[in-house]
Amino acid sequence: MRRPGEVILDVRNISLGFGGVKALTDISFDVREHEVRAIIGPNGAGKSSMLNCINGVYAPQQGSITFRGKTFKHMNSRQVAEMGVARTFQNLALFKGMSVLDNLMTGRNLKMRSGLLAQAFRNPFGWGGAEREEIAQREVVERIIDFLEIQPQRKTPVGQLPYGLQKRVDLGRALAMEPQVLLLDEPMAGMNVEEKQDMSRFILDVNDEFGTTIVLIEHDMGVVMDISDRIVVLDYGRKIGDGTPDEVRNNEDVIRAYLGAEH
Amino acid sequence: MDVKAGPTVHRIVTSDTDRPSPSSAMAAGRAMASAPMPTSGDATFPRLLRGHAATRPTAPAVREKDLGIWQTWTWSDVAREVREIACGLASLGFGAGDHLALVGANRPHLYFAVLAAQSLRGVPVPLYQDAVAAEMVFMLDDAAVEFVIVEDQEQVDKLLECRELQRQRQGGSTALRHLVYDDPRGLRHYDTPGLIGYDALRALGRDWDAAHPGAFEAGVEAGRTDDVGVILYTSGTTGRPKGVCQTHASFIASAQGGVATDRLGPGDDIMSYLPMAWVGDHLFSVAQWLVGGFTLNCPESAATVMNDMREIGPSYYFGPPRTFEGLLTAVSIRMEDAAAPKRWLYAKAMALARRVGADLLNGAPVGALDRLKYRLGDLLVYGPLRNVLGMSRIRVAYTAGAAIGPDLFRFYRSIGVNLKQFYGQTETCAYVCLQRDGHVRLQTVGTAAPGIELKIADDGEVLVRGVSVLQGYHNRPDATAEVLDAEGYFHTGDAGVLDAEGHLRIIDRAKDVGRMAGGAMFAPNYIENKLKFFAQIKEAVCFGDARSEVCAFVNIDFEAVGNWAERRGLAYGGYVDLAGKPEVLALVAECIGQVNADLATEPGMADTQIARFIVLHKELDPDDDELTRTRKVRRGFIAQKYAVLVEALYGGRAEQFIETQVKFEDGRTGTVSATLRVVEARRFPALEAAA
Repeated sequence: MRRPGEVILDVRNISLGFGGVKALTDISFDVREHEVRAIIGPNGAGKSSMLNCINGVYAPQQGSITFRGKTFKHMNSRQVAEMGVARTFQNLALFKGMSVLDNLMTGRNLKMRSGLLAQAFRNPFGWGGAEREEIAQREVVERIIDFLEIQPQRKTPVGQLPYGLQKRVDLGRALAMEPQVLLLDEPMAGMNVEEKQDMSRFILDVNDEFGTTIVLIEHDMGVVMDISDRIVVLDYGRKIGDGTPDEVRNNEDVIRAYLGAEH
Repeated sequence: MDVKAGPTVHRIVTSDTDRPSPSSAMAAGRAMASAPMPTSGDATFPRLLRGHAATRPTAPAVREKDLGIWQTWTWSDVAREVREIACGLASLGFGAGDHLALVGANRPHLYFAVLAAQSLRGVPVPLYQDAVAAEMVFMLDDAAVEFVIVEDQEQVDKLLECRELQRQRQGGSTALRHLVYDDPRGLRHYDTPGLIGYDALRALGRDWDAAHPGAFEAGVEAGRTDDVGVILYTSGTTGRPKGVCQTHASFIASAQGGVATDRLGPGDDIMSYLPMAWVGDHLFSVAQWLVGGFTLNCPESAATVMNDMREIGPSYYFGPPRTFEGLLTAVSIRMEDAAAPKRWLYAKAMALARRVGADLLNGAPVGALDRLKYRLGDLLVYGPLRNVLGMSRIRVAYTAGAAIGPDLFRFYRSIGVNLKQFYGQTETCAYVCLQRDGHVRLQTVGTAAPGIELKIADDGEVLVRGVSVLQGYHNRPDATAEVLDAEGYFHTGDAGVLDAEGHLRIIDRAKDVGRMAGGAMFAPNYIENKLKFFAQIKEAVCFGDARSEVCAFVNIDFEAVGNWAERRGLAYGGYVDLAGKPEVLALVAECIGQVNADLATEPGMADTQIARFIVLHKELDPDDDELTRTRKVRRGFIAQKYAVLVEALYGGRAEQFIETQVKFEDGRTGTVSATLRVVEARRFPALEAAA
């Protein structure tokens, strides 16, 4: 159904260390446009570090990242966001006291043209640039609310929502940036079966409806095997497998990493 | 509320917290008390629509909240869109006598499809959207449905499953040819032949219309008032659902009676949120909408109805008793959590309302001081409460479908909500009896509606003759002959009595009324309803026909009892655990004791006091066939399924182990098991004198 295209993101020979600790060693993989790419691995394998490198939060000591033909040694997070890469967080990065709507509106900040002053001193009549702009932004956000089926929670402070719904709002905030690439850090952590099913459906729908390329980290093997096109497997900071779900499932190294070696 | 012709969708407000100004809407409505309607004998729904579009093209006909904003269709918008859909269907080969099944929530597009089908002299067949494929396929087969319009991907998947079932059963052939969907989400890559989106259908329609000038008008003109206008399936309390064929004439006459009785018209607002397959929704949201010409409001989603109601402030509202009960339960729970001064004020105000509120609404004499106090209460409590319930602008609210609890009924009337009852069934367009303003009573369902004759048969069954009676069941002349007699009376199957002033009182389903071994009349619904009036009891099933004692199964209300348990610091680990707690059993026993005390005072009912009961370990569920889709208990089925429990009740056992299979919504099954205690209830000596 989905049709992966050209390589959109190419990670080459990335190494990252914190002092003496080697978090990532010589990792290379690519992500094609419109695909769902998973990064898996046991605890401490370096999955989140990998995402943070792509995201510009960490600066790797070695290696390069090529995004749409442009190569970077490392990027800062703002550049990354402006290039159309958005992410969600394992531990949620939402404003708990703000409503769902306002949280999603923050995701539109990069798209706003009017300055801080114009936004601060608005008139109530709906004329002027900042006002028209807010209405246009609100419409995008409303489409996301509709898409994620969180209309009943539109005005609810995020802190009052159950965890599964907060995760959905976090996804919505990332979607509000209209990203070309969406990085999801354990989107299903701490969810029950039903919530995982819902989330899987939303991820596939995002991929399908908007053509968004998705890179996700996930622990639940069942979910990963079901929704991913290709999977990278990390263990102790090294890449030990890369391929389709079937290839990875039958990879000796991967089985050993997950089930332990025979002695 | 400026609305003008032009683009299909108008924005009437710019923020979802705004709403159309009530005062201007009301003023416009009262100025035009009745719509200019072709009330002569040849009215059909498409011609009523044409009338509205011609005489008041810019008045709001339908609203829907979409992307957080209320969008409006004017009557001319509706007429244009119906025309496009009708022509689109015609281009696919839909024509006179064809059936169009509709599956989905209350979306404007689905209502337009109803009218589109009728414009071609076809017949809309709305189906319950939560029915599973195996149930739905029965109705699709029965009505030989070739065309279906559904809301979204979920329903498309279900219909494709139905088609597979048909193929398997009929050696590869299926009648279902065309499937139209409203919401394209997730359907981009479906390449099933015959699948078409709503907008694509409209585009087809425009082309077809241009190529066939005058064809649409001719279709609307050709429609006859005695054509079948809709087929509505009964919920099938017993046996398979039956398709009830109703003509345009019967629904229009029924709607006219209701609209005239309650003086409904342009400017009134109704919230459309109950299943389209239910006869009540067809009467209120289609027939009365077109006859009265008021505005139909569709909520954003099923989960936002409460919120959307507050924004729209409907003036006309209907709901089954359980909806009103749900609202009251929500309010009660919040009140219990409120601070002490608020609780005190609420208790004071409600005590006053109970005393004088209903009298004020009925126009009965009330003292000046009490009037003043009630005015104050209205300012502080009743008004804000109505606002929270979304009932600030309600002129008329109706309930039907089941008996309503006395406390519940009095509560709404006492805070100034004009809640009334009506009586009717699918076979009578839900139009047999109405309560008129000033003549509202708790125990009765009102007097015969305009155009309706009532008669009570010798065995107590209610017989109905008049404008609203069905033409017949689809494909079931045998069943039609059973309910329609030679004189044209429809046999309702309900046992009732008419009082001296012509008010009808329904006692029970005629076939459910049995005899105790001791000879006393046993009316299970009557007792079950008394039980269900307690907030803590969600469902009850009574047994007693041909037995010496009455015994009952009870379902606790998880929300109400859960809250009660939390308040007492009673820990529980889910439904099964909570339902088995000795404290909960004692709570239920207390409710049953009160019902027994009540029964003891009623003539002839003292012998039907409940002797023993069991609190069930699982909720009775339509998915397990224990309830109908309209949530009526299937008593016979339950007695069979839980035969060991019935035996335990009558066999003098103290407890019983049971394991039950349950079906989850996604079709998987699992089991729940528990050891249930049989509890003795307190019974009272008969107090005939006190009655």
